[in-house]
Amino acid sequence: MNPIDFLTDLFNPDLAFLPKALAVAVMSAIVCGIVGTFVVLRGMAFIGDAVAHAVFPGLAVAFVVGGNLVIGGILAGVLTAVLVAVFAQNRRLKEDSVIGVFFVAAFALGIVVISRAPGYAGSLQQFLFGTITGIPDSDLYIVGGTGALALGVIFALHKEFVTISLDRESARAMGVKVFWLDLVLYVLVTLAVVISVQTIGNILVLALLVTPAATARLITDRLGIMMLLSPIIGGVSALVGLYISWSWDFPTGGTIVLVLTAGFLLAWAFAPRSGLIGRARRLRRRAGVRAGGRAWGPAWGRRNPPVADRNPPAADESAAQSAAQTRAGRAAAREPAAQTRAGRAAAREPAADPAGELDTETTPEPLTTGVLP
Amino acid sequence: MNLATPALTVENVSLELGGRPVLTGADLSLHRGELVGLIGPNGAGKTTLLRAALGLLTPSAGRVLVDGRPAKPGRAPIGYVPQRHEFAWEFPISVANAVMTGLTGRLGLFRRPGAAHWEAVADALERVRLSDLADRPVGQLSGGQRQRVLVGRALAARPAVLLLDEPLAGLDMPTQELLSALFADLAREGRAVLVTTHDLLSALDGCDRIALLNRSVIACGAPAELAADPEPWMATFQVGADSALLRLLKAA
Repeated sequence: MNPIDFLTDLFNPDLAFLPKALAVAVMSAIVCGIVGTFVVLRGMAFIGDAVAHAVFPGLAVAFVVGGNLVIGGILAGVLTAVLVAVFAQNRRLKEDSVIGVFFVAAFALGIVVISRAPGYAGSLQQFLFGTITGIPDSDLYIVGGTGALALGVIFALHKEFVTISLDRESARAMGVKVFWLDLVLYVLVTLAVVISVQTIGNILVLALLVTPAATARLITDRLGIMMLLSPIIGGVSALVGLYISWSWDFPTGGTIVLVLTAGFLLAWAFAPRSGLIGRARRLRRRAGVRAGGRAWGPAWGRRNPPVADRNPPAADESAAQSAAQTRAGRAAAREPAAQTRAGRAAAREPAADPAGELDTETTPEPLTTGVLP
Repeated sequence: MNLATPALTVENVSLELGGRPVLTGADLSLHRGELVGLIGPNGAGKTTLLRAALGLLTPSAGRVLVDGRPAKPGRAPIGYVPQRHEFAWEFPISVANAVMTGLTGRLGLFRRPGAAHWEAVADALERVRLSDLADRPVGQLSGGQRQRVLVGRALAARPAVLLLDEPLAGLDMPTQELLSALFADLAREGRAVLVTTHDLLSALDGCDRIALLNRSVIACGAPAELAADPEPWMATFQVGADSALLRLLKAA
């Protein structure tokens, strides 16, 4: 099926479920992509998996009593997240053991509950692997609202999340409420999982949470860029996955996950210096451009000034830079760290440069080579 | 602020962890301008003493005062430099932004850093001589540079007291010397600096005072004085009179 047929189907009133599924899938992917950034950076993948399973009894109860699945899932997931956070305070047990106990218990409970419902086998499969049909209109608003709330919280608490991710003990010493922030993060993971479970399924939702963020991490060394790339990768993969699954009648959840995985493998292949882009860099260098880049990763982020500038954390960085530059910038510019120098100048717009390095010999370099072929 | 008031007072502090006494009646006070080395064997309670000073642990007896007021996380002007492995170096963050996280507690919820805060970060970076690496991802730094990031982060909030946990561990001699000189400078600028270390020689060489800790502070004094008397060293490290440690002291 070509994309135009897909578009026609999207607007076909008889296939009203299709645009709804697309909207829900893309919204979930965006929310999961951003929340997943912290899941990946903090090594919380197992927690993500646990929460994904833990929402199952909530879905099952909601299904049996005919309530709203999203709300049922949120209740169960949040309850499990709180239980894990509380039980993990016991120093004798490591967090992963506590998680292991609760998520399997929750999943088992879900299976027992759903076995009481008529037509149990079919609905079980829907829960586990997702479905694009039968999404009620109300879910669009619940998913949209929940997603917006989750993203609002993650941006409002961004600096706290970064601080506790770097070093919990020092964060505590500064009076940062580490326990409560952990709890909020668990709840955010829960929200991201719950809104995604319907289209992509209980088992596969972990991919939405982890894969886009992991892919973005391979590409950049900048948190801000990672938090921008991750939801884009997730959203595009959801769109492409749904298109492919619709065209060839593949299961939607599985197809989206495979598209995500393909993206991850591509990033893996192209991220290190051995990749195509690394080779292009070397070619450019041989062509007489002096760019002593050590790692390809950081430079990638810096070579995209428009993206970096639209992105708040990156903008902060250039502010810090400016402040630092006025003091020691000139001395820094004289040091032979070509990579930092080149990268930095590329990241900064000329206007943002406080008379720091514009007078050094390297300045023209990023201006002429800042565009990837 | 009264200059006669010690910047940090640890008064007769006893503390248990998991039912086991870790500190029993520890006394220590630090004045501004002083660099004090805290020395003791593994498990002597050095890190516990630091955590009590930060207000992260509550003593079962005694008290900890920072600038004359009881220690409480987030309130006291106290900077903490943890051991290097406590920090997530693989996190994608630049040096400047990592140092900025030292102001998270000060900023409070929902507030974004302003020009004054970036100024404080720039000052801290300059102080630890990392200004030229401000934009470098922390994962690409060497051990000594990483240690300086942690010191810079602690300095960003402009603390009166600086607590450093094993800052010299695992670093080569030139880097150790560079950092020791930095710590001495930080003390001279009017901060009270407490450094735990296993490196007796550099402590004897660089510190104004040395405190020997094993459950409690067994002795505290100027390096020359302490080195002359083997008794407290034998008590602290539980070694006999023929120990290589004592021969090392004599040589120093």
